Amino acid sequence: MDLSAINPVLLIAAMIAASTPILLAAIGELVVERAGVLNLGVEGMMITGAVCGFIITVNSGSPTVGFIAAAMGGAVLSLLFAFLTQVALANQVASGLALTLFGLGLSALMGQSYVGIKPPRTETTPLGPLADIPVIGPIVFGHDLIVYLGLVIIAATWAVLKFTRAGLILRAVGENHDAAHALGYKVKRIRTLAIMFGGACAGLGGAYISLIRVPQWTEGMTAGVGWIALALVVFASWKPWRVLLGAYLFGGITQLQLNLQGAGVAIPVEYLAMSPYIVTIIVLVILSADKSRAPGSLGRTFHASS
Amino acid sequence: MIRLEARPQPSQAMAYATPVLAVVLTMIFGGALFAVLGKDPVAAIATIFWEPIFGEFAFFYRPQLLIKGAPLVLIAIGLALGFRAGIWNIGAEGQYIVGAICGAAVGLAFYPTESALIFPLMVLAGALGGWAWAMIPGLLKVKFGTNEILVSLMLVYVAEQLLASMSLGFLKNPEGFGFPGSRNLQQYPSAHNAELIAETGMHWGVVAALIAVIFAYVLLSRHRLGFAIRVTGEAPRAARFGGVNPGRLILFCLGMSGLLAGLAGMFEVSGPSGQISIDFNVGYGFTAIIVAFLGRLNPLGIVAAGLLMALTYIGGDIAQSQLGLPAAAIQVFQGMLLFFLLALDLLTNYRVRIGTAEVA
Repeated sequence: MDLSAINPVLLIAAMIAASTPILLAAIGELVVERAGVLNLGVEGMMITGAVCGFIITVNSGSPTVGFIAAAMGGAVLSLLFAFLTQVALANQVASGLALTLFGLGLSALMGQSYVGIKPPRTETTPLGPLADIPVIGPIVFGHDLIVYLGLVIIAATWAVLKFTRAGLILRAVGENHDAAHALGYKVKRIRTLAIMFGGACAGLGGAYISLIRVPQWTEGMTAGVGWIALALVVFASWKPWRVLLGAYLFGGITQLQLNLQGAGVAIPVEYLAMSPYIVTIIVLVILSADKSRAPGSLGRTFHASS
Repeated sequence: MIRLEARPQPSQAMAYATPVLAVVLTMIFGGALFAVLGKDPVAAIATIFWEPIFGEFAFFYRPQLLIKGAPLVLIAIGLALGFRAGIWNIGAEGQYIVGAICGAAVGLAFYPTESALIFPLMVLAGALGGWAWAMIPGLLKVKFGTNEILVSLMLVYVAEQLLASMSLGFLKNPEGFGFPGSRNLQQYPSAHNAELIAETGMHWGVVAALIAVIFAYVLLSRHRLGFAIRVTGEAPRAARFGGVNPGRLILFCLGMSGLLAGLAGMFEVSGPSGQISIDFNVGYGFTAIIVAFLGRLNPLGIVAAGLLMALTYIGGDIAQSQLGLPAAAIQVFQGMLLFFLLALDLLTNYRVRIGTAEVA
């Protein structure tokens, strides 16, 4: 065992990168749940985003175009969920599961001829001299654009939910859809838009894994990150800034166990690889006592006649 | 204008018609998908649904129907009990793995002793393993109100790592020349879940699945507990006023589905698969979710749905080797089926009216 092989500065920088996919998927799902919809298809939308982003990046040579395609891919897949739950009034839990199963199959199908290819490199942001500052440089300024985009989305979501009329309407729909409907708001339209936003964010998160974290395409490569993101929304009590905190916690653990594997700690690799999932369960247990923050209409089907 | 009108009672006729309709729609859209992939859609659909039962080599494929159908039905029966009560165990894949590990471990512990008691002990261990793994989300939900969906799913990933660790370490075949994986239980008569009738695919897992179906049918239609499950799913508040203990019901439903999934894993590892290896699990736990819905959460329906799903697995394999259809296409096909089912459920609970609405 050689813990001195782990450089703390690089470790923290890598932790921030590791938490980005979880963060993106979780903030998207947070908006969806604040609108009163429980979408368990995050994993399916992430993996679809991962494969869309990968294919487009390899073919176009531009990661930027790839990330846009990933967001669109996730959003399009989420429309299927929106159709099932908002138009066909299907059970949200079952529909979300269906979305995940379908997304896993679809992505495997789309990506089968892309296994083993290396995508073009995504450049880090040209913050030049700032990134050369010792310690702070690599941690704060040494990342690619998507890391900063994730932070911007968190801040924007917080601001929109808290200070704008649109945010107020979204929360009203999530807290009590019958009352919102009585006030004349289009419950289904608002929810569909929220679901698409969630899909786009999940798609971005997935593409971050396939284009930057790994970077490669393998079947089922998101490996439960989408489900961890769902747990994170509960952890965050449906508050945007807490999503950031939670994402750093989970991303940190993921990265730390990878580094420990690399450093050859005496714990077998398989048990280290279990740790993010076990920590998720433990955190869920600790935080489940307080459910009061959950949106009032979460998971309930809305039909104007009832 | 099209609008939806809630039915006072879910339509019985539609409840039976929608699964059939969903299968037909899946065939049409699946055929379109295969056409996009450059395969002849009619040939592909025929290969998947016709070849395994009536084709030239059907004698070889028919036994597979029972071998692949049994674990699906076993798991789906357990899941359906919970789904009916609004308890979502989606970690059956993990319980299946742990059941297999426990069953195999007990068998391997006795190697190479021969005794008629070993197999029953393995069955017991497999059932207990799956039960215990499902009790984790169950107890956490009852004690702390933790979401059982997320916990049971997280435990799938934990179980997969555990499986890797077992096949590389604790249960590794000492005479396996360093290859990962345990001893092959098919070569250990006392632990082998052999075919009961040669060339039929009939093994103890199929027997267990049939018992589970009968048990679930009687439970749901004739027993007080089954009534409590149904009421809890349809009207949770009424159930509570009626004296149903929600905690006990959660533990029963999760425990039962874990037990059946564990059994399925144990019969698989001691029979068709033969050994614990890293890629032992092939997603039966997740496909069983589709089976449960396709069977309308009804034990008899699940038998039909399980056989149909087994058919798509076998037909998918044939289409893969004969037509070069990618393996993932079948996964998409199965996912599609679930989509159509859920969408068509609308017709069961609502009436579609065309025309302008009269003002209420």
